[in-house]
Amino acid sequence: MSTSSPVETAGAATATYVDKRLGSNRFLGRNLGKVFPDHWSFMLGEIVLYSFIVVLLTGTYLTLFYKPSMVEVLYDGSYVPLKGVMMSEAYESTLNISFDVRGGLLIRQMHHWAALIFVAAMVVHAFRVFFTGAYRKPREFNWLIGVALLTMALAAGFTGYSLPDDLLSGTGLQIIRGILQSIPVVGTWAAFLVFGGEFPGTDIISRLYAAHILLVPGLILALITVHLMMVWTQKHTQFPGPGRTNDNVVGYPLLPVYMAKAGGFFFIVFGVIALISGLVTINPIWIFGPYTPDQVSAGTQPDWYIGWLDGALRLMPNWETVVAGFTISWNIFIPSVVIPGILFTGLALYPFLEAWATGDKREHNLLDRPRNAPVRTGIGVMAITFYGILWIGGGNDLIATAFDLSINSLSWFLRITLIVAPPIAFIVTKRICLGLQRRDRDKLLHGYESGRVLRLPHGEFIEVHEPINYKELAVITSKTDYSPLPAPEKTDADGVKNKKYLIQKIQHKISHFYYADDVKKPTAAEIEAAQHHAAHDAMLEAPLHEYEDADQISTFHGGVLHHPGMPETNAEQVAQQENRSTT
Amino acid sequence: MKFLAARRRNPIVALGLLLFALVVVGGGYAVVTETQPATAAMGSQTQVEDGERLYLEGCSSCHGLQAEGTGNGPTLIGAGAAAVHFQVATGRMPLAAPGAQAPAKEVIYTESEIEAMSAYVASLAPGPAIPSAEQIDFADADVAEGGVLFRINCAQCHQAAGQGGALTQGKYAPSLMESTPQEIYEAMITGPENMPIFADSTLQVEEKQAILAYINELQEAPSPGGLALGRLGPVAEGLFLWTAVFAALIAAAVWIGIKAR
Repeated sequence: MSTSSPVETAGAATATYVDKRLGSNRFLGRNLGKVFPDHWSFMLGEIVLYSFIVVLLTGTYLTLFYKPSMVEVLYDGSYVPLKGVMMSEAYESTLNISFDVRGGLLIRQMHHWAALIFVAAMVVHAFRVFFTGAYRKPREFNWLIGVALLTMALAAGFTGYSLPDDLLSGTGLQIIRGILQSIPVVGTWAAFLVFGGEFPGTDIISRLYAAHILLVPGLILALITVHLMMVWTQKHTQFPGPGRTNDNVVGYPLLPVYMAKAGGFFFIVFGVIALISGLVTINPIWIFGPYTPDQVSAGTQPDWYIGWLDGALRLMPNWETVVAGFTISWNIFIPSVVIPGILFTGLALYPFLEAWATGDKREHNLLDRPRNAPVRTGIGVMAITFYGILWIGGGNDLIATAFDLSINSLSWFLRITLIVAPPIAFIVTKRICLGLQRRDRDKLLHGYESGRVLRLPHGEFIEVHEPINYKELAVITSKTDYSPLPAPEKTDADGVKNKKYLIQKIQHKISHFYYADDVKKPTAAEIEAAQHHAAHDAMLEAPLHEYEDADQISTFHGGVLHHPGMPETNAEQVAQQENRSTT
Repeated sequence: MKFLAARRRNPIVALGLLLFALVVVGGGYAVVTETQPATAAMGSQTQVEDGERLYLEGCSSCHGLQAEGTGNGPTLIGAGAAAVHFQVATGRMPLAAPGAQAPAKEVIYTESEIEAMSAYVASLAPGPAIPSAEQIDFADADVAEGGVLFRINCAQCHQAAGQGGALTQGKYAPSLMESTPQEIYEAMITGPENMPIFADSTLQVEEKQAILAYINELQEAPSPGGLALGRLGPVAEGLFLWTAVFAALIAAAVWIGIKAR
């Protein structure tokens, strides 16, 4: 300690002071050095966290001025085109935040932009987790928490979108009411329950407010905490690479590397949000005007994350059935309740379905490359395609006007595409994955294409292949070869009937679907045989190098092609260099 | 030139320039004021005759030689001067090709020719007249009332910010951002394409003026929140988010990720 700087001494003293009271040194000592793997895509989750912090900070500021009340008042603020117009106190206070509160518009825009980024980053983070198979054992529960967070984020977003009580958000609420009413049997009562009577009533804004500032963010905070704690205790997954196995974590310690990186990234995210909020308008509520149920604007859309549901609603044919005098509105119920219900259930259960169907019960700490799980990647792309078409459907009116199309033809095109495109996307993605697997196999066997073409004495042209480097080798050989589950027997060897025959047969079929087309990694014998081939190539090319600079050969060929007189192994090379330096 | 260049600082030059400017301004003024009485004398016999000639050349193939209408175009008897002025002065007529709707395009007639055609159609039967300067003067109108009326009567097709919107089968409500008060007023009283007619019994003249004032506000008011993204609502915002903003954030993540290698 005698050689330490004053800063270190002061730091140590502080740590000791705190430790005497909290016993924190043991905890910190154990955790600050925790190693995390490095990859840019691991930072997508950080964008979620940081934008959430911005949302919390700006949201707190907004609560100081926002009034969650539907009492009608006469506007007398500084925005002239609305002066003297009757409006709810909620809308009036949002106008005041925008025009009369210092910094109010900037904070409002930051809140809204950060909220959009929050959900968007969450989706992209989920893509990363899905396509790399990071949700597999032992992380299935954390995937479930992630799905819960996504639904909570949508709830937070939608309740917030509704609070200003402008024409846009009121129209959104009217659609929510329609969705509630479309639920068979209980629909009407459910709508009355939520709105406290007839739409729009006088209660909905204060109810949404309670959900938006207390219930939903509280749940999000709690879930994020558990989510991160589980990442901490289970350790982060890593991409395959040299020295990386299923049982270790290769990366940098939390302190100082990730503290600096994460801290810096927080300021970048905060900065980007502040910058766009200062430069780009979001939700100009003063243009839309106060909500009254008898008004609606063309081009009314929800924020992007609800857009796919709006699209589903727009694309759905107008089907209704009347049963015993009661109308069942399939035209609303299917796109707004059934489709999102199926998609979110499927999303939540996917890890369990995949593990069951493939019989894969191992722990996975090493991530899959998407190409090495062609069916999973295909299913993911299929789901994104389905979602994307619904999303486009949500903007069908703007697309129609922007590209001079008929909105009717566009809707029919999208209806057909919604059914046809996802399977095509699946097949194409799976074929691309298998193609990449074959290329990986070729690279292991024959090396990469060097781009040098040789003409042999008898006129044949060949391209010289060279072995891949150790990094790529580690990545490619990380692939695990899976085999479909064996077909079940109806009776076992003793003639006892297999009671699980049917379910095992389904499992066998699905695992066949998952793994039957998998391109297997080459065996050691195959690699050996192929290396003879590479050596043959090298031999053919060798005479050319007699005319070239010897140094160039060694740099080009990474130890495979050797000019006569060049060292054959690393040991020889070292010995030769030592000889050179001594003489 | 050398002669002129050498004397350009001569005191006489300033006087000469002044005279030249006076002649140009005065002469220009005379020309402008001379054409004014011609427009004021709406429906004079020569104007109607001019209009009929232009009508027969440019319009009769679809609207009929007597303006009685054909299979390709409606009758113009009783359409009124305002309808003709709106359709021709915005370039919607003459139609370039049949389609879901006549698009606004380059105007091929001069203002006096359009007025002649309007006078001709007005001479066939009474119809909505071209609004007077007082009618479209919205200087004293109540902008806030106009906003309320706009949201009740116009926004469901033309969108709350007047950016326009889609209708069925390729038809659309156009953007109002480039429309003049006269065009908007004429559209309200004649109901072109799919637009309903807002007669004075539906919307009084003062109410129409309030709407003109509000549209003018939409056209000219600055955007207090920064770049307006075309005022198209959440779709434009979402597009901006997923392209520009997300590109920036991912680029930052990649940059931080790369540095450590």
